[in-house]
Amino acid sequence: MAIFSPGFAGRRNDHGEKLPPGQYLERGFPVLTAGPTQRIRTDQWEFSIVTETGAKHAWDWQGMLDLGPEKIDTDIHCVTSWSKFGTTWKGVSIDKFLAGIETTADYVMATSYGGYTTNLPLEEITGGKAWVAYEFDGKELHAEHGGPARLLVPALYFWKSAKWVTSLRLMHGDSPGFWEQNGYNMHGDPWREERYWGQ
Amino acid sequence: MSSPVAQGPLPPSGSPLAGAPAAGSIRWLPATLVDAHMETAFSRTLKLSAPEFLPTIAGQHLDVRLTAPDGYTAQRSYSIGSPAAASLLELTVDLMDMGEVSPYLVEALELGDMIEVRGPIGQWFVWRPEQAAPVQLIAGGSGIVPIMAMIRTHAATPPAAPFRLLYSVRSPDLEFYRAELDGLEADALRVERVYTRSAPDGHPHRVGRIDPEIIAQLATPPSESPTVYVCGPTPFVEVVANALVEIGHSPENIRTERFGPSG
Repeated sequence: MAIFSPGFAGRRNDHGEKLPPGQYLERGFPVLTAGPTQRIRTDQWEFSIVTETGAKHAWDWQGMLDLGPEKIDTDIHCVTSWSKFGTTWKGVSIDKFLAGIETTADYVMATSYGGYTTNLPLEEITGGKAWVAYEFDGKELHAEHGGPARLLVPALYFWKSAKWVTSLRLMHGDSPGFWEQNGYNMHGDPWREERYWGQ
Repeated sequence: MSSPVAQGPLPPSGSPLAGAPAAGSIRWLPATLVDAHMETAFSRTLKLSAPEFLPTIAGQHLDVRLTAPDGYTAQRSYSIGSPAAASLLELTVDLMDMGEVSPYLVEALELGDMIEVRGPIGQWFVWRPEQAAPVQLIAGGSGIVPIMAMIRTHAATPPAAPFRLLYSVRSPDLEFYRAELDGLEADALRVERVYTRSAPDGHPHRVGRIDPEIIAQLATPPSESPTVYVCGPTPFVEVVANALVEIGHSPENIRTERFGPSG
C-alpha cells in the first residue's frame, strides 16, 4: 500500500514530455497579479532599454511595431502549476530592440507600469527566446493579461513574462525583482522546477 | 523609477533575499490528516499535522502533492487558513468539477492518511501583527481562506490594527466559517457580507454582485489609508481592485491574490 495519498488514482494525460514536472494542463488562461490591473493607452505607451552606463533607448508604440513583429507559437508554464499548450502571440523580438546597443551586461531587470519588476539573465531573453508581445490568440492583449504589451519569455515560469512591461534595465550581476523578493526563485526554469526560495 | 507595488514588507535591501528560508528547507514533507469536516456541501476543511513544516505567516499558501501507486503525481497550491505559526495546518478545499486533486481531498482522504505538502510560500499577500495600518479584507467565495488566516492571527494578538472584512458569497449555505466569524466580530473586527444570489431574511444590504458603490458604502474609506487585501476568483478581484482604485485607494495599498481554476 502506498505511503502517501492512499487510493489516489490521478488523471493521466499523454502530454508527458511536453509538461514540466509538477505541472498540469489548463485550457483557460488564469490570471495572477500582485495588485490592480494597469490601464495604459498605446498612445502613451513607451518601452525602453537602459544600459549599464545609463544610456536610454526608447520606442513608442509605432516605433515598436516598425521593428517588425513576428508570430510566436509556444507553450507557457505558470508557477501555480498550470501549463497551457499552443498559445499564439504576436510580438517583437527582444533581439530587435537590442540590435546596435552596446552592452557587457549579463542580467536585466524588467520593469512594468505600476512598478512590478522581475530579473532575468540576458542570455534567456536573447537569441529568439523573448518578445514584447501585444497580441494573444489573434486579438489585442487584454489589460488583465498584461496588455497593451507584456514581456513573453516562455522558457521560464510565467511570472518572468512581466505584464505591462515598460523597460529593461541592463545589469552586471543578478538582483531580485518583485516576486523574487517575495518567496519565488531567482531563475524560474520550469523544467528544473525552480519555483520557490529555499528549494 | 519608483516602484509602488514593490513597497511593503520587503526584505532589507543590501541582502537581497534576507529572510529567505535556507536552501533545501522548502521540500516535500509528510502531513497527516488529523481532523476534517465539511465546511459547505461542496468544500471540506482539513486539519493536517506536519511537524517539520516551517512556521507560517498569515496569508501564505502551500503545495499539496498526491502520488498514485505507479508513481504518477499531481500537485496544486492551496491557501493556508490556520493562524500564523499554528501547530496544525488548516486548508479549506473547494470541490472542482472535473478536478483531479480536489475530489481526492474533499471526498477520499481519510483521517490518519498522509499526503505531502511543501511550503509555506509567498511573502506578499501576507499580514504580520506588527503592521500598524488599518486593514480592509475583501473576500469572494473561497478567497476567504487566506483572509481567515489573517483574521485568526489578528484575533490572537491584540491590541492590533482595526480589521474590517467584506465577504462576498453567493448564498448563506456557501459561507465558510460563519459561527467563528460571528464569535470574533467585535470592535476590532467588523464583518459585512454581500450575497450575490440569495440573502437571509433581514439582510441589510442589497443582493447582487459587488460593485464600486457597495465597496464605497461598506469598506474602510481611502482617507484612512487601509492596507487592502483582496482574494477571490479572477473576475471578482478585477472588479474589486478596479473599484478600489476608482474610489480613491492608492494602488500600492492594494494586495491581490487571484484564484484561477485549480482542480
